[in-house]
Amino acid sequence: MNVLIDKFDVFAGGFWLTLQICFLAAIGALILGAVVAVLRISPVPPLRALGTSYVNVFRNMPLTVVMFFAAFGLPALGSNADFLRIPVIDSLFTRLGTDLPYFRFALIALVLYTAAFVCEALRSGVNAVPSGQAEAARSLGLTFGQNLRYVVLPQSWKASIVPLGSVIIAMIKNSALVGFFGVVGDLSQTADQLTSAEGYAFVPVALGISIGYLIMTVPLGTLLDRIEKRQAVAR
Amino acid sequence: MSQQTSVLYDVPGPRQRRITLISSIVAGLALLVGAYFLVYRPLDEKGQLSMELWGPLVDPSNENFSLVWERIGLGFKNTLIAAAMAIVASLVVGTLLAVLRIQLKSLTGRKFTGLAAPLAYLLRGLSVLLSVVTRVCVEVFRGLPVVLTIFFVARGFPEFGIYFDNLWYLVIGLTIYNSVVIGEILRSGMEGLPGGQAEAASAIGLSPAQSTRMILLPQAFRIMLPALISQLVVVLKDTSLGFIISYEETLNIGKQIIGALGNPIQVYVVIAVLFIVVNYSLSKLAQYVQRRLAQGRKTANTPAQNPPPAALMSQAEGAGGGGGGV
Repeated sequence: MNVLIDKFDVFAGGFWLTLQICFLAAIGALILGAVVAVLRISPVPPLRALGTSYVNVFRNMPLTVVMFFAAFGLPALGSNADFLRIPVIDSLFTRLGTDLPYFRFALIALVLYTAAFVCEALRSGVNAVPSGQAEAARSLGLTFGQNLRYVVLPQSWKASIVPLGSVIIAMIKNSALVGFFGVVGDLSQTADQLTSAEGYAFVPVALGISIGYLIMTVPLGTLLDRIEKRQAVAR
Repeated sequence: MSQQTSVLYDVPGPRQRRITLISSIVAGLALLVGAYFLVYRPLDEKGQLSMELWGPLVDPSNENFSLVWERIGLGFKNTLIAAAMAIVASLVVGTLLAVLRIQLKSLTGRKFTGLAAPLAYLLRGLSVLLSVVTRVCVEVFRGLPVVLTIFFVARGFPEFGIYFDNLWYLVIGLTIYNSVVIGEILRSGMEGLPGGQAEAASAIGLSPAQSTRMILLPQAFRIMLPALISQLVVVLKDTSLGFIISYEETLNIGKQIIGALGNPIQVYVVIAVLFIVVNYSLSKLAQYVQRRLAQGRKTANTPAQNPPPAALMSQAEGAGGGGGGV
């Protein structure tokens, strides 16, 4: 059990890095997912097709493959994902600004993959709004944008929060994969490093890593359960 | 059926359609030009589009073609084997888990009045303890990344002197995670049934086990089938994590091919297409099942109706999506 105490800073550092990548990826995925969701429900057929094919491609591809594409495809396109070196933010999240691009690649892969699920969660919320609402808005003469902004989205928010939350939880768990794609020092890579390279006993390390992930996922899950129950009563 | 596909906007008129057509042609051309400069040119300059790299994958006359596809076929077979085993195992374990949790829940409510006081207290304490333990196990394994359960199984079992094939590590790791998820899906399905079902079952004298087996479980499976199928898609995708423990599945074979031929992008494109095709058809199956279920049992023997327009399908699809894993 000594490893938990001796290497506490390694575990804490891994936790912090995983938290960083989850935070950044969640923001990115929410933004991109919202854009794709608007594309998917938009009145313009080509945009709808674009959104639908995005979702179909990324939802049906293992995250592993997306990660491989980010790690091999982007360099082949001549990009080191330098556009993610945003001046102020990269001083907060230092890994964004380093010369090794793997953190940025992993982030891109995670955002692209999760956005498809975010889109579906948002859209299921929009679909949950009774159709009479949107019809009434349309018969008042509201345009598509007005309809979304004033009538549908404020109501859909409530129905999408639980699916969105489970998407985010899934994303936190998926972020464990980045450790196997060159991101040094996150929780899962720490597990590999401590057990194989530094030869620590397996069980305590596994315990520490598991606790690290459970701290992030379990409270979120319980919170979601509570919200869901409350909504069920409210209906 | 009307042509109306969405309640969010009016059906576009001729002018709107003309504007849409023209602007999408313009935007499409702009996209093509952008793709040429940003994607095609860099790829071409680095020789990524050359037949040397693509040939083994697409050109049947290439010397490596048959060997490469033989290997990919083997990898895909291994993926499917692992996925099938994990699916069956997690369905079985998940069902048992759901039944166990439901039974424990009803046990904790019982007072065991017919028995002597100490024995009754012991039984009550035991059932409470067991339900807490299962609850904690479910929360823990649902909260852990499936990558880590696979990794822990592959690393941890040899630690305790248990040695298996890599296939078994992968299947066990996937089963631990997915059986918990499936168990929760089924449990919420059973708890979501109208209370009258269980009451009627006990009123006609069925034992708890009988009522679970004959009344609750079949209905829970029926209700939760779409969610179950999307979880199975997740399992199929998650088998790709086998590459971490060097199980010879599709991705790992892909890595070997890349090691020999040095064409990562091309191989991953092919693998991605394979996965997308298989998983897309599985999701379509889930939608089809969902539509059939929505029609109810009465129409089970009538032939399938005409497929509705794409926009309608996409609207129906949103409701059934599962949590989404790796």
